[in-house]
Amino acid sequence: MKGIRMVSVCFGTECVARGAREVEKELLKLASRNVLKVTRTSCSGNCQAAPVLRIDPEGFLTGPMTVEKVRRWAGSGFDPAVLESWRIPEQDAELPRLADHPFFRHQRLVVLKNRGRIDPDRIEDYMAAEGYDGLARALAMSPGRIIETIKAAGLRGRGGAGFPTGVKWELCRRSRTTPRYLVCNADEGDPGAYMDRSILEGDPHAVIEGMIIGARAIGASRGYVYVRDEYPLAVERIQRAIEAARGFGLLGANILGTDLNFDLEVVRGGGAFVCGEETALMASIEGKVGRPRPRPPYPSEKGLWGRPTNINNVETWANVAPILRNGSAWFASLGTDTSKGTKVFSLVGKVCRSGLVEVPMGIPLRTVVEEIGGGVPDGRKFKAVQTGGPSGGCIPASMADLPVDYEALTQAGAIMGSGGLIVMDETTCMVDLALYFVRFLVEESCGKCTPCRVGLKRMEEMLTAFTLGLGQLEDLKQLESLAKTIQDGSLCGLGQTAPNPVLTALRYFKEEFESHIMDKKCPAGVCKALITLSVDAERCTGCGLCRSVCPVGAVSGSPKSVHEINTERCTRCGACVEQCRFDAIIIQ
Amino acid sequence: MTSVQNIVERYKNREEKLITMLQDVQKTDGYLSESALREIADRVGVSLSRVFSLATFYKSFSLSPRGRHIVQVCMGTACHVRGGQRILDSLKEELDVETGETTGDGAVTLQEVRCVGCCGLAPVIVRDETFYGKMNQKKSIQMVRALIPERSAR
Repeated sequence: MKGIRMVSVCFGTECVARGAREVEKELLKLASRNVLKVTRTSCSGNCQAAPVLRIDPEGFLTGPMTVEKVRRWAGSGFDPAVLESWRIPEQDAELPRLADHPFFRHQRLVVLKNRGRIDPDRIEDYMAAEGYDGLARALAMSPGRIIETIKAAGLRGRGGAGFPTGVKWELCRRSRTTPRYLVCNADEGDPGAYMDRSILEGDPHAVIEGMIIGARAIGASRGYVYVRDEYPLAVERIQRAIEAARGFGLLGANILGTDLNFDLEVVRGGGAFVCGEETALMASIEGKVGRPRPRPPYPSEKGLWGRPTNINNVETWANVAPILRNGSAWFASLGTDTSKGTKVFSLVGKVCRSGLVEVPMGIPLRTVVEEIGGGVPDGRKFKAVQTGGPSGGCIPASMADLPVDYEALTQAGAIMGSGGLIVMDETTCMVDLALYFVRFLVEESCGKCTPCRVGLKRMEEMLTAFTLGLGQLEDLKQLESLAKTIQDGSLCGLGQTAPNPVLTALRYFKEEFESHIMDKKCPAGVCKALITLSVDAERCTGCGLCRSVCPVGAVSGSPKSVHEINTERCTRCGACVEQCRFDAIIIQ
Repeated sequence: MTSVQNIVERYKNREEKLITMLQDVQKTDGYLSESALREIADRVGVSLSRVFSLATFYKSFSLSPRGRHIVQVCMGTACHVRGGQRILDSLKEELDVETGETTGDGAVTLQEVRCVGCCGLAPVIVRDETFYGKMNQKKSIQMVRALIPERSAR
C-alpha cells in the first residue's frame, strides 16, 4: 500500500471504555511510521460505534474497532479498502463526502467545530485551529464592548433556562464589590445528557478561552470549574489544559502582557444532582452541604464567599470565543428570532444512530430524531422524545415538528434543558418513565422544602400504585394538584420543575395512565405486575435459550419443540425476551 | 504521618477543601471511617457534625467498608429505557444483595449510579472505574460471576 494514512483514534470516554487504548497500542505496534501516522483526537459524536477511527486523506470514520480488526487491516498492508465494510455511519449508496451523510448534513458545528480534529491534550492543536484568537480580540476591546458583543449575538444560557448571557455578565460587572469570581457549571446531572462532559474532554481550551474572555469583561480574578466526580476523564483533561494554558501565559498574572490577572481551579463535585442549581453549587465550592438558598440576592451580587459571581454552563462558555472570533452578526444569523446559535444534544435512547450532535436552533425535533438519528430501530414506532431531564418533559411524536427553540419547548411543557434528547418507542411506558423521574428526584431532593421533600414522595407512591394496577381515577386529579403545590412551594429550580415529567406525561399520554388504572394493563409491556409472558408457538424453534437463561426455572420444553412459560412461577424479569433470537416471547 | 494527615495538609487544612479531602480519603481507604472523619474534623478545626453532614449529604461517600470490587449499574434515562432496571434486578438476585450492599464474602458491592454520561452505549455498567457498554442481563451476570472466584465455576 503506497502512501501514508493518518489515523485519528477517538479518545472520548466511550471510545476509551470500548478499547480505544488497546486499538491505538495495536496500531502503533503493527504499523511503522511510514505507513500510518497515529494520533489521538476528540469525540466525533458517533459514540454508539465506539471506538471510532478517522482515516485521512480518505476522510471516513470506522467503528466499532477492535484489536482483531486492526490485525486484519495490518494483514492487508493497511489498505483502507479493508475498512470500508466497517464505515460509520452506515451508508446505503456511495456518498461522495462524509459531510453529506444525514447524520452530519443537518449539523452545524460551532461549539464542536474541532471535534475529531484536534488532540485535546495539545494546546498547540487548539491554537492551530484558530484557538485563543477570540481572546486576542477581546484583549484589544474594552470590557463594555465585549459585553455588548455577547448581548448583540443573543447568546442565552445553555444550561437549560436560557437567561441572556450578556445581561448576566453586565449585572456582575456593575456590582461594586471585588474580587469577582467566575464559575463554570460542569455538574451535568441530567440523566441522558453528556454534552458538557464531551466538550470538556474534547475541547477543554474552548471553555478556558471563554472564561478568560469572561474574566476580562466582568473584571473577575479567579474562576472555578465545578465538574461531576463521575467524569474522571473530563477532570483530567481540563486540569491538564489549565496547566498548559498557564505555561503559555494565558492564565495567571498579566495575561499575554496585559493587565488582566485571572486563574482557574478545578473543583470536583460530590455526587449530588441539586448542586447543578447555582446557589447549591456555590455552597459546594465553599466546602458546604449543597443546599440551595433563596434568591435574591443573585450570585451576580452575592455569590461565592459573598462576592459577585458569574455562573455559566460549559456549553455557554464554549460559545463565547467563537462569537468574539466571528462577530455577533455571524452568531445572530444562526437560529430563530429568540434563540440564536446552535445547541448540542446527546441524542440517545431508542434511536438508530445515537451520539452527540450540534444543530442550529430552530431545527424541527423530527429532523433530529428521524434524519440525524435515523429513526427508531427494529421497525418500532417513534413514540416521544424527552428533553430537559428531570426538569423537562416528553414531547409526543405527533408534536415532533416543533422547532428546537427555548420558547417553543417551554410552551409544550418541556424545556430546552441542558441537551439530553432521549428517544422513546412504543415499548417505553410513560407511567413507568414518570415514576423513574420522580424516584430520581425523591433521591436527589435536598430536603429543605417540604412540598418537594414530601410531595415528591407522595407522587412516587401514587405512581407506584398505578404500575401495580392499584390506582384509581381520582388519583389523577390529585396528582395534578400535588404537582401544582410542589411547583409553587419549592425554593429552587429542582422543586419548581420537578413535576414537569409527570405533568407532560399526563397531558400527552393520559390514556396510558387510564389503561393502567381501569384495564390493569400496561400497553407498552413494561410494568411487571400488569404483564404476562408467553411463547409464540409459530415462532418458537425450541432452541432452549430461554430455558437456559430463566433464573427461576419457569420455562419448560424439550429441544426442538415449542417451549412453555409457567406464568405462576415467572417473575417477568425479561431474561428470555432479551435472549430470544426469534421474537417468540409475547408480552401481554 | 497518617494518610489522613497527609491529605489534610495537602490542602493546607482549609475548610473549603473538606469535600476534596473526603474524596481523597475515600480513594485511599475505600470508605470513610469514623476515626478518619474525627481526624479530619480535628485537623481542620471544625465540628465532627460539620464533616459528618458532608459525608452523608454527598452520594459518592460511603461510611462502611466496600467490597473488593464495585459494580455500578447506570440508572440514567437512556439506560433506563434500554433495560437498566432489569439488569440491576438480575444482579441483585445473582449477588443476593440490595443496592448499596456488599456480598457476604466481601467480594462485590452493588451500587446504582446516576447517569455516567455514556448514553450512546446504554445500558452501561461501571466495574471498578472501567466502563462496560451495551450490556444485557446475561452479560452482566457473567461479569459479576467472574469477580467471585468460587462462583466463576458455576
